[in-house]
Amino acid sequence: MYPTTYHKPETLEAASATLGDAEEAKILAGGHTLLPTMKNHLAAPTDLVDIRGIAALNGISEDGGTLTIGATTTHAEVSNSPVVASACPALACLAGGIGDPAVRHVGTIGGSVANNDPAADYPAAVLGLGATVVTNRRDIAAEDFFDGMFATVLEEGEIITSVRFPKCDLAGYSKFPNPASRYAMVGVFVAKSGGSVRVAVTGAGEDGVFRHEGLEAALSANFSPDAVDGVAISSDGLLSDLHGDADYRANLIRVMAKRAVSAVA
Amino acid sequence: MAKVKLTVNGRAVSRDVPDTTLLSEFLREDLRLTGTHVGCDTSQCGACVVHVDGKAVKSCTMLAASASGGEVTTVEGLANGELHPMQKAFNDNHGLQCGFCTPGMIMSGVDMVNRYKQAGRELTEEAIRHELEGNICRCTGYHNIVKSIQDAATKM
Ligand SMILES: Cc1cc2nc3c(=O)[nH]c(=O)nc-3n(C[C@H](O)[C@H](O)[C@H](O)COP(=O)(O)OP(=O)(O)OC[C@H]3O[C@@H](n4cnc5c(N)ncnc54)[C@H](O)[C@@H]3O)c2cc1C
Ligand code: FES
Ligand code: FES
Repeated sequence: MYPTTYHKPETLEAASATLGDAEEAKILAGGHTLLPTMKNHLAAPTDLVDIRGIAALNGISEDGGTLTIGATTTHAEVSNSPVVASACPALACLAGGIGDPAVRHVGTIGGSVANNDPAADYPAAVLGLGATVVTNRRDIAAEDFFDGMFATVLEEGEIITSVRFPKCDLAGYSKFPNPASRYAMVGVFVAKSGGSVRVAVTGAGEDGVFRHEGLEAALSANFSPDAVDGVAISSDGLLSDLHGDADYRANLIRVMAKRAVSAVA
Repeated sequence: MAKVKLTVNGRAVSRDVPDTTLLSEFLREDLRLTGTHVGCDTSQCGACVVHVDGKAVKSCTMLAASASGGEVTTVEGLANGELHPMQKAFNDNHGLQCGFCTPGMIMSGVDMVNRYKQAGRELTEEAIRHELEGNICRCTGYHNIVKSIQDAATKM
């Protein structure tokens, strides 16, 4: 790692000020993406602003069906939360399937969403549930937030403070984990609210997480695993790498969508 | 430089170290607690697992400065006059060969037994295998590691 200066502010204002003053600062949350990147010399921030000392960024609450998860809430906290389990069990299950127990003790929802790894799990839930990413500057709809592989619309120094998930009737998530990394080869998040169904796919797209219109239309008409069979799933724009080619991933989208639906339908 | 103040295995320590110092480096090089192993240094293998404020974490992927103020338990801190039940179980069940992964296996084992006990859930063989996702062993084939943790779970 190149030298850096570590800061641990206790308020959002202090964090914001340090991010503004430093030459090239980066926000540090769980560090489970950022520290390995710094070890590889792929990132060399002059300053690290650790946001885990800011109490207001941590915690889970529910109000009228809307679930709010603070940015520094860890995957383990989400997966073990009775509030999440009752409001949206699919989200608890998704968080409990990220990496391994030690990763879940440290990795955070804010870090995962900000990083927008094309194989990460949370982006599928954020887009699938139509969540809102709340920052110290604005509210950003999931549709507008993700901006291609490892990219989001977050500005320099902008801090995610929480993610707000609206109420939904039914939701399911199924992922086919890469056997080595546990990241998603393909993960499909399905959410049903009234007559409308949203389907978000992670792990597969060249531009990161995306919604699948064909699956959404078929499942809105008939929310059952069989409905998935009739849907054409194109391999255009899907990732091909040493773990699997685009056709393989297209087939996995179908299989994961079926599993996600049959888990809850 | 960062001032790192920790309680490590019950003992208060304080050191000035570069801000980039990893918790694994702090333990091994500054405190000479070399029981915590560094296998991959890329957060994959789990040889470096220690407990920070009661939770199993990969110490190669945490800055010492960010753990400051907290409590750390390493494999050296488990035995209390006699071996911890988890250590004894690894001994009794031949849960190690070269021993490189063992400190991480033991710290992850203790963590999972504690968590399942607290939640009132049964730690089945399948659950142990699943819980060991982040701990890699190049020697044993895992069977005896799983047996060791199962054995210890009945004694903790
Ligand atoms: C062994 C291993 C296995 C893993 N397996 C999986 C998996 O199966 N699925 C999965 O989805 N992920 C997986 N991960 C990634 C893990 O979930 C990370 O914790 C996560 O991607 C990043 O979160 P973090 O809190 O560690 O963020 P950090 O590493 O601290 O930060 C990541 C990036 O986000 C920025 N950032 C962090 N917080 C904020 C914020 N509040 N506002 C704005 N920007 C912010 C940082 O500046 C940095 O650029 C794995 C990681 C490891 C090491
Ligand atoms: S040395 Fe930390 S996970 Fe391998
Ligand atoms: S005993 Fe050799 S790596 Fe596990």
